Amino acid sequence: MELIWLIPAFPVLGFVLLAALGRRIGDPGAGALGTLAVVGSFAASVAVALTLAQEPEGSRQVTQTLWAWIPADSFQVSFGLLADELSLMMCLFITGVGALIHVYAIGYMKGDPDYARFFTYLNLFIASMLLLVLGDNLILTFLGWEGVGACSYLLISFWFTEPANASAGKKAFVTNRIGDFGYMLGTFLVFVTFGTIDYLQIDQAAPGVSAGTATAIALLFFLAATGKSAQLPLFVWLPDAMAGPTPVSALIHAATMVTSGVFLLTRLSPILEAAGWANDLIAWVGAITALLAAGAAVAQNDIKKVLAYSTVSQLGFMFIAIGSQNYVGALFHMITHAFFKALLFLGAGAVIYSMAHEQDMRRYGQLRRYLPVTFATMFIGWLAISGIPPFSGFWSKDEILAGSFQVQPAGQLLWVAGIIAAVLTAFYMTRLMLMTFAGGTEQWRTPAAESLPEVPGDDHTDDHTDAHAGAHDDHHAHHLTPEHNPKDAPVIMLAPLVILAVFAALAGLLNLPFADQLHFLDHWVEPVLEGQSGLPSAAVQWGLALVSIVGALLGVWFSWRVYQQHRVDRAKLEQPVLAHAWYIDDSYARVAGGPGEAAFQGLADFDHEVVDGAVRGVGGVTQQAGEAVRGIQTGFVRSYAFGIGIGAVALVLFAVVRMSL
Amino acid sequence: MSGPSVLAAALQDVLIEPAPGFEVPSIDWAGIAPNLILMLGSILLLTVVSVLKRRVPSWFAPVWTISAAVAAGCAVVPLWQRFADTGPETLVGGAVGLDGFSLFATVVVCIAVVFVALLLADYLPRESLESPEWYVLVLLSASGAVTMASADDLIVLFVGLEILSVAAYVMTAMHRRRVTSQEAGLKYFVLGAFSSAFLLYGIALTYGATGSTNLAEIQAFLAGDVVTQNALLLGGLAFMLVGLGFKVGAVPFHSWAPDVYQGAPTPISGYMAGAVKLGAFAALLRVFVVAFGPAYRQEWQPLVAVLAVLSLVVGAFAAISQTNVKRMLAYSSINHAGFILLGVLAASAAGTESALFYLLAYTFMAAGSFAVVTVVGRTGEHRQSLEDYRGLASVRPGLALVFTVLLLSQAGVPLTVGFLAKLYVVTAAVESGFDWVAVVAMLTAVVSAFMYLRIVATMYFADAPEGAPALRIPAATGVALGLSVVGVLLLGIVPGPVSDWANEAVAQLVVAAP
Repeated sequence: MELIWLIPAFPVLGFVLLAALGRRIGDPGAGALGTLAVVGSFAASVAVALTLAQEPEGSRQVTQTLWAWIPADSFQVSFGLLADELSLMMCLFITGVGALIHVYAIGYMKGDPDYARFFTYLNLFIASMLLLVLGDNLILTFLGWEGVGACSYLLISFWFTEPANASAGKKAFVTNRIGDFGYMLGTFLVFVTFGTIDYLQIDQAAPGVSAGTATAIALLFFLAATGKSAQLPLFVWLPDAMAGPTPVSALIHAATMVTSGVFLLTRLSPILEAAGWANDLIAWVGAITALLAAGAAVAQNDIKKVLAYSTVSQLGFMFIAIGSQNYVGALFHMITHAFFKALLFLGAGAVIYSMAHEQDMRRYGQLRRYLPVTFATMFIGWLAISGIPPFSGFWSKDEILAGSFQVQPAGQLLWVAGIIAAVLTAFYMTRLMLMTFAGGTEQWRTPAAESLPEVPGDDHTDDHTDAHAGAHDDHHAHHLTPEHNPKDAPVIMLAPLVILAVFAALAGLLNLPFADQLHFLDHWVEPVLEGQSGLPSAAVQWGLALVSIVGALLGVWFSWRVYQQHRVDRAKLEQPVLAHAWYIDDSYARVAGGPGEAAFQGLADFDHEVVDGAVRGVGGVTQQAGEAVRGIQTGFVRSYAFGIGIGAVALVLFAVVRMSL
Repeated sequence: MSGPSVLAAALQDVLIEPAPGFEVPSIDWAGIAPNLILMLGSILLLTVVSVLKRRVPSWFAPVWTISAAVAAGCAVVPLWQRFADTGPETLVGGAVGLDGFSLFATVVVCIAVVFVALLLADYLPRESLESPEWYVLVLLSASGAVTMASADDLIVLFVGLEILSVAAYVMTAMHRRRVTSQEAGLKYFVLGAFSSAFLLYGIALTYGATGSTNLAEIQAFLAGDVVTQNALLLGGLAFMLVGLGFKVGAVPFHSWAPDVYQGAPTPISGYMAGAVKLGAFAALLRVFVVAFGPAYRQEWQPLVAVLAVLSLVVGAFAAISQTNVKRMLAYSSINHAGFILLGVLAASAAGTESALFYLLAYTFMAAGSFAVVTVVGRTGEHRQSLEDYRGLASVRPGLALVFTVLLLSQAGVPLTVGFLAKLYVVTAAVESGFDWVAVVAMLTAVVSAFMYLRIVATMYFADAPEGAPALRIPAATGVALGLSVVGVLLLGIVPGPVSDWANEAVAQLVVAAP
């Protein structure tokens, strides 16, 4: 138990070593060192989790206060780690999936001039993420929250010499700032309300809080979550974040960081319980995000963009679960999603790697012949995300949908939205698989494919939508030639794929709905959660599950007809509105560029004229004061001595006057 | 009796021939070991180099100095244990206090000595000023600072102040080829003598009013039933405040500071900001908070509050209008003095702790910042203006980053020690009911942040001028820079152990055994 600190200490050590010596160790030593740090952290997590599991249920909470961090009177912030069921579960999958992705990156980043820098950031990211989940108070979590954000920006713009990558990083930064305001205001409100920012103390005090305050706190933290977890209206940064190297997309923008909003709200479940309509808002924002993002994924041609919108959509599912107070469902889906989405991203990375860094799926086709291992593993990932039983995604998605069905009011509507999003998921994932691995022809062999427009039905390049500029992921832009013969990536990249495929297939075992003994996850996290709602009766659940299986198969079948059999013209489906993700990002850009820019200009003018004017005024006064001081500061000893004498006289006079009073 | 103590007793008999009727105090040599190491280190160094002359290698003096400082720092460890076991003591006939406060202060002084020795080791050869006397004076002044911090008697305090000051005057003026250095030294000396006179006069008046120069006896006297509004006593307090206020660089007794900090050899400026300030503040805390604290607080707190506010405001605002970085740092040290005065003003245990912690923090920040100024200044220290820092980030990114961290810490940005130092003093002042002074302090922190960020912006956003000279960071300076940044960040992130230690370092007065 005393070893909790080791969990974040390993990656911190890795980061320090890599930052100091990384360049000297080089390729592949730096990668091995970075991986080792995460593996060490994973081992520590396992050890702590096993010890914790031996404790009786209900007393599996250990706080390890490392040191008093900001001891300021009544505002005490300790640098303390809280190991309980929730944080340990998070640690296990962060370090587990993280270690696999590190291994993969050893191969993927091979030969990159900034190899060591990459692993330095990656270790720092893992350390921050662990701090985020292990922190025993809101400030420490915020430190991790900002840390993962910083690493995310650094890694999105890892190949910063490409302006598009740098601007994608900036976009992520600015968008997340909005969410961070929510976090900070929420923290202030929590401190004002409860007089503490310690999770355990908040948990105890939460039942007594008024509904209005709880709602306000919940909304502020939800705003924070929409930023980090890419929900409406702040999701726009995530698709662009694909500009980063693919292992980053898998680790940060699919498996771990983007789920921190879900984690945060789960951590604050005692407050959410009292938050009334804020829960409905969370569920509906999640549902609408899931729908819109799934729609957008249908029309993307960049393989990573499909997966990015898919991630946004899947995160939407998790928020549906949070809003239905089905926290276990959210956590369950978070874990299964981490497995299958990391698998799919790494698989996509392997495809990109094999195809000379081409990311446009219209230039793939028939790759199953060339990349058998990649194909086989991604096939499992595809089954998992599409919701085909018995693969993991089915169980977790189904639990979320079942939980949403009985929300009052309008739970059925929520469920319908979820089912539609699920059907779309099956559709676009099948499309991805067919375009990449099947489809009849090897598209890259046809030279005409050279001049494909970025977005269908939108041939002219829209120059102020930088949004799509992030599409050119990978730095070393070798050209894909018609003579190219793809072959599977090296073993070091394929091994993580195989392991993840096993988990993606089997992770459903964590929480099978059939019998109470099989609800392992339920039982594990139950003590941490307040107000976990139950699920509908078994009969209803069976019915709902049947509908969702049929829906998934429908999606697969329709996709097959379009992309394999070509019975339907795909252009009719891939509308520009979808390709542009409902123009949400574009309208932000337009507002920011048009009236927004005017407003900003106005603000800037205001800033320039009034604020700066005031500052200049102050500066002027200060300058004059400075001149006056300079007048006193003559440099002559006699005038200095005179000043001291005057001061002495003043002090003595003061003392004497005081005495005579 | 063991050998050394017999020898020591014999020495004492030989050296101190007691006048008839004069009781020779027993001297606990072990108890004043850190101070002895510094003092003897200084004298021995002087002797060795006088005898061996040119045969002494150039590395000898800095290594000797650092060793002496480290040894003195290590000598604190058993004494701390002794303090923890038996509580505070007073030694040498009630003249020297052995308590947490004096021990903590000793360690900070030793840290400042290590920094200045590292910087001088590179600076002196560069300026062709190499001579071991610099190090002799550094150790001597350190001994003076430790004496001040552990004085239990006003006369001892005064002696310590003079040891410290005379060495500082000389070091300020010791750059032979820079006229500004000599001018600064002369100014410092004249004004220092002037203010010492005030201090001495204050001590005399206090003696007249209380009948003793011993702090414990003064405290006991005041605790008795006495007229608080005693003109002699109030006058004595006011004059002592003038003398010590001068040394800490508090407004309106600060006028020397910008000229002296700017004119002095840069490593010495950093040392003055660390050790000299520490000695003066330690004396201020011992005399005002401890001896005059319990019974007489209300009488001096308004005076200190005025000094604090003036220092905060003048330090912050005057710094903005400067264009010389070294002078900016000088004014900022006045602003920092204002912050530390908040800790004095609080007149509580929390205030003392916070002031000590601030002094420790400032020692790191000042040493590092002035080290950067040393490097950028190049031979002759001609490059001190803000212009010379343009584009430093592209020329020496590491150096710019180090300076940025140090400046952010001085500005009080979280995760650096500067933030916690400011937080602690402000908290202490608020707890003692000086909310308005705390508000002023925080407002001036914003003003001075502007100045610090201006330097940062110049380094990062301005282009380096054509033909900017390459800057060399010599090894020892590099070590000093590294230590200061590590200290600033480590103490900022993990303040616990050190702040806990500072918590116990509250000065206590013990009446000497008759």
